[in-house]
Amino acid sequence: MNDSQPKLVCRNVWKLFGSGARDFLRAREPASVTGDDLVKAGLVGAVRNVNLEVRDGEIFVIMGLSGSGKSTLVRCLSRLVEPTSGEILFNGENLLAADEARMIEIRRHQMGMVFQQFALLPHLTVLANVAFPLEVQGVKRQKREQLARRMVELVGLSGKEGVFPRELSGGQQQRVGIARSLAVEPELWFLDEPFSALDPLIRREMQDEFIRLQSVLNKTIVFITHDFDEAIRLADRIAIMKDGAVVQIGTPEDIVLAPATDYVAEFTRNVPKAKVIKAQSIMKPVQGAQPKTSVPARATVSEAVALFDGSNECVGVIDEAGNMLGQLLRTDVVDVLMRG
Amino acid sequence: MTAPANSSVEAAAGPIGLPRGLIPWIVAAGAFIVLWRFGGAYDWAFEYPSAAIIPAGRWIGDFMKWLVNEAHFGLFSFKDLTRFIAALIDLPYRCALSLLATGFLKGQGSGAVQILPPLSWVAVTATIGLIGFHAGGRRLATLVVLCFGFLAAFGQWQSAMATLASILVAVPIGVIGGLLLGIAAYRWHWFERALTPVLDLMQTIPVFAYLVPILFLFGFGPTAAVVATVIYAMPPMTRIATLALRAVPSDTLDLGRMIGCTRRQMTWRVLVPSAKDSLMVGVNQVIMLSLNMVIIASMIGAGGLGFDVLAALRRLDIGAGLEAGLAIVALAIALDRLSQASAARAGTMTPPAVSTSLPARHPYIVAALVMIVLAGVAGLAMPALQTYPPALQLSTGSFWSNVVGWINVNYFDTLEAAKNAVLLNILVPLKRLLLGLPWAGVTALLAFAGYRLGGLRLAMLTGALAFLIAATGQWEKAMITVYLCGISVVLACLIGVPIGIAAAQRDRLWNWVQVIIDTLQTLPSFVYLMPAVMLFRVGDFTAMIAVVAYAISPAIRYTVHGLRKVDPRLIEAGTAMGCTQWQLLTRIKIKLALPEIMLGLNQTIMFALSMLVITALVGTRDLGQEVYIALTKADTGRGLVAGLAVAFIAIIADRLISAGAARTKARLGLE
Repeated sequence: MNDSQPKLVCRNVWKLFGSGARDFLRAREPASVTGDDLVKAGLVGAVRNVNLEVRDGEIFVIMGLSGSGKSTLVRCLSRLVEPTSGEILFNGENLLAADEARMIEIRRHQMGMVFQQFALLPHLTVLANVAFPLEVQGVKRQKREQLARRMVELVGLSGKEGVFPRELSGGQQQRVGIARSLAVEPELWFLDEPFSALDPLIRREMQDEFIRLQSVLNKTIVFITHDFDEAIRLADRIAIMKDGAVVQIGTPEDIVLAPATDYVAEFTRNVPKAKVIKAQSIMKPVQGAQPKTSVPARATVSEAVALFDGSNECVGVIDEAGNMLGQLLRTDVVDVLMRG
Repeated sequence: MTAPANSSVEAAAGPIGLPRGLIPWIVAAGAFIVLWRFGGAYDWAFEYPSAAIIPAGRWIGDFMKWLVNEAHFGLFSFKDLTRFIAALIDLPYRCALSLLATGFLKGQGSGAVQILPPLSWVAVTATIGLIGFHAGGRRLATLVVLCFGFLAAFGQWQSAMATLASILVAVPIGVIGGLLLGIAAYRWHWFERALTPVLDLMQTIPVFAYLVPILFLFGFGPTAAVVATVIYAMPPMTRIATLALRAVPSDTLDLGRMIGCTRRQMTWRVLVPSAKDSLMVGVNQVIMLSLNMVIIASMIGAGGLGFDVLAALRRLDIGAGLEAGLAIVALAIALDRLSQASAARAGTMTPPAVSTSLPARHPYIVAALVMIVLAGVAGLAMPALQTYPPALQLSTGSFWSNVVGWINVNYFDTLEAAKNAVLLNILVPLKRLLLGLPWAGVTALLAFAGYRLGGLRLAMLTGALAFLIAATGQWEKAMITVYLCGISVVLACLIGVPIGIAAAQRDRLWNWVQVIIDTLQTLPSFVYLMPAVMLFRVGDFTAMIAVVAYAISPAIRYTVHGLRKVDPRLIEAGTAMGCTQWQLLTRIKIKLALPEIMLGLNQTIMFALSMLVITALVGTRDLGQEVYIALTKADTGRGLVAGLAVAFIAIIADRLISAGAARTKARLGLE
């Protein structure tokens, strides 16, 4: 996956609130601006000099606590918020140079977004809500309802098409939100804290649902969350934000095993390593007898633990095609588990 | 003249032991009293010099004349414009009136031939019943059918339908106009800033005042009445629309942009539907305010129930007036409940039926059409179904006249004694007191209060408005307005606040009180005048009774809301500390509810002022009377100037109290 083209590139993006923000940035070398400079100029730095690349087909999670600027950043990426300066390349096209009509075009056909508070329209049924983006584009009724029906089915809400949002539970409402964002079959899918408004149990269920959907759809995803566990669970790569700036970007494993700053270490301290470290990271070459059981290379160590029953000393690691790549040894697994 | 005295004393006054904030007030009041008692030499401070009076009334009158006779916008003149608007309103009004009341006529005047009868009373009642059933089930259907049955049974049908026709025209115009203005204010900040003061003024200026210019521009008749009604009913819709659009969650806005809505799609597909629930509240407001205007609008030519009430009131025919008044109430209750139920229903819509046959898709519309046709045909065979048979009409008119007669015969002395006692001991002395105050002193005092409560800008506003009242030569009449309004508000609060306190503690009592004040607010303000006139005839006392009855509901409502909003944890803490019920009430609840109660006072004053203008009909001598006289003489300038003076009083009171409430709130740490 690492070799594929970046779908979305974000270069030196700034979003400052306050008057004279543009001149402020123009007047100095942006990379050297500190928090104190901003305070002195009476500006608020919601997004500060962010650089990142989202690759085709990956789940890119932006994680940060409230006020870290993650929601503003995602709105900059879709230009719902106008960045103060920087470049945002979507399929190589600079979004900040696109005019209003072009932006409408891109948003209509290539982007989808899921919102924290669902943002369902109260006066429309589930089906009409899901079909709404198509209706706005002027798709004929029959065609759009057919498409919408498929999306409703995809998120497991068949039979609820004629129901109004307020009759649904929070989890179901967000399923509608997800179906709606998928109705236009976007290339790039933004999810802005989609599960934060849900109860913990439902949240877990929705995360599983999300993983299932992504295995079917293979979208390029930008996922915002304030929940580090959620980030680790879902992400291919994570960007951690603090005070508007990105502190570290990496795979969950990278971040847990090598936190870049004390701030990141705060989050990773209580994460069980076994839940993050992938089987492929600690496997050893197969020697002697073939292992009787095996796990996928991308499975975590904790998922492999159950396979070590009394008789097994080793478990095989296979790639997606089923080729044996290596094996996990009991001692290595125990070692990971003991590190907490 | 208070400012220098105040600043020199303030510094030295600390050690006396009074709370520091109070000292400037005492100094200001002292200076005021000195001026009032010993300032006899300064005549100009008591009587505004007539040479310096601003002839605003004449200017406005001249401007109106110019507007009507000479104003020209190139392609068309101002007169053409108003004629065009009038024609635009007249057409739907004629249709509605023909449909409901007169039937479709051919020809003019008495030679007209009816080519199609109006909807029969049976058809209208049944249709309303169906709408009621659709919106709120069987109970609502029963209620509205009873209300309309009442109209038929008491012989008010024709008038009621004429009134209904004008409401049916005014309400959509008011709603759509208000919505469009609201959207514009939501979208363009500059537009909102320009609109807000206009709305403030529209809501405080007495209706009578702008009846005159409307009369000038649109002539005497139902069209002018509809225009007046729309102007009166639109401001709340505009405000509610702006607020409702503001309240749409930002996620929903982002959604609209994210799926690529154009501007128009954003407004009509996303914003307005999302705000629908709140917008329906505005629709209800427009309906109720339109009904409230019915009687007043009849002064410039709206026929119907309003005219009946007004005519009855003028000849002091209590029975007839009461019946027509009750008919307005019946209409108001039916329309109010219907619109409220529709608003609630809009929230829980049922999915559109998939079936394709017309009756299955629109069962109610088809049923109503069938019923109307059936009733029409049956009406041809049986006239009783077409027009409610006069033989079956009830009338309680003579009964009420008899009751009043009986009360007056048996209790005349008691009532008269009570009235005279209040008049002699309270009303007259207070009136004399207020009339004796120097305008310059009062203006300075108001500016001072504005300064203490809200800073320099508020001081400029209150001072300037008070000065303008004096400068346009209306000080005396304004003081009579203040005196009547003041005494009524004090009375309303003395009665309303204790009721509110009692009701806030007991849920069941509150339920009852709520029903009563809700109903009171549904009544058109004229209805309050009648019982008062019946018992006390015309005069200040009667006006006061009517104003108190009208203005009491906000006093009760805000007191209850304020007390109920007090954080229960604080009450728990108080109980845990061992407070008695009385201590809980006085030390915690009322203190914390004070800002809210002050807002209630504010509303009470607004209600009182709007009612006070109407009591001009029973012979008060205040600004209301001035406006009313201007109306009868069609003197635009005089009416508007007096009307603006009332609005100024309202604005001064509103701004001072709001600023006070905000300060109290800040002091209590509630915001």
